Amino acid sequence: MSEYTVAFAGNPNTGKSTLFNLLTGMRQHTGNWAGKTVITAEGEFTHKEHVYRAIDLPGTYSLYSNSADEEAARDYIIFEQPDVTLVVLDATSLERNLNLALQVLEITGQAVVCINLIDEAQKLGIDINLRKIGKRLGVPVVAISARNKVGIEALLDQVERVATGSFSAPPMRITYNEEIERGIAELLPLVEQTVGSKYPARWIALRLLDGDDSLMASLKENLNRHTPALKKEVTSHGIPACH
Amino acid sequence: MAGTGIPLSEAKNGSTLRISGIEVQGVLRRRLLDLGFVVGNVVEVLRRSPLGDPTAFRISNTTIALRREESSLIYGDLIGGAET
Repeated sequence: MSEYTVAFAGNPNTGKSTLFNLLTGMRQHTGNWAGKTVITAEGEFTHKEHVYRAIDLPGTYSLYSNSADEEAARDYIIFEQPDVTLVVLDATSLERNLNLALQVLEITGQAVVCINLIDEAQKLGIDINLRKIGKRLGVPVVAISARNKVGIEALLDQVERVATGSFSAPPMRITYNEEIERGIAELLPLVEQTVGSKYPARWIALRLLDGDDSLMASLKENLNRHTPALKKEVTSHGIPACH
Repeated sequence: MAGTGIPLSEAKNGSTLRISGIEVQGVLRRRLLDLGFVVGNVVEVLRRSPLGDPTAFRISNTTIALRREESSLIYGDLIGGAET
């Protein structure tokens, strides 16, 4: 029996928290205003023989726009590196929702795309070609209705595949225009040298080109946090740890 | 990049436009792009608040209200529904 972490990412009002509560059995009120889920909620659920620690990230449209919510979601995915990032999309508004899915998939291929509100979409006459979306995105895609508990087992089966490593995909590689690709190629060796292989170098290079100061700050903090911590262990032996 | 077409702030209620340019800069630009205000996308002018600002727009199946400060920097070509 192993324990895995699953981070729940998604736009606001996609039913992300409904799914989270359904799986973890938490009964918290889910409201509909911006920034509702500021503090990430945590819970636990089991599927087959595995235990999953679930983390409900703040609802965001993007990992780019530098609001506190988006930074929190982004930093969690990059630095905490959950075993699975579950991207919850609203079936009735896929166009906008896929924006976030693409951003997550550029960071990690250890993801499952979960299209929620599939019953709402059917009512509106929206027909979603799951097979095609799955093929384009390169990760498992499952349609569910969290509210009516449809498709949950199938979703958890896919989460298990990604968590246990029986399915794995490299981060999605979107090809940008020549100018941007040239910039990435130039930065990539430097980024790899600085951050090591632990973090998605191509994605970081892209963010640097975009002038993303907040990511820079988070990166700096994380790189510093990891290195001195090791030194401390050696030098501060016998001194009580201060938490 | 100069915007072609008319600013969204000048479009009439009920009209539909295809976005041709966005001159908003910085963090807000990114946010608007994330919400679906991208070149080529279709936006409908739904209604204005009593004082004329902000205005509700329908984009990617969602209603979003923008103030003049932003909507005057987003340009679009009229593609329909503009009853005078």
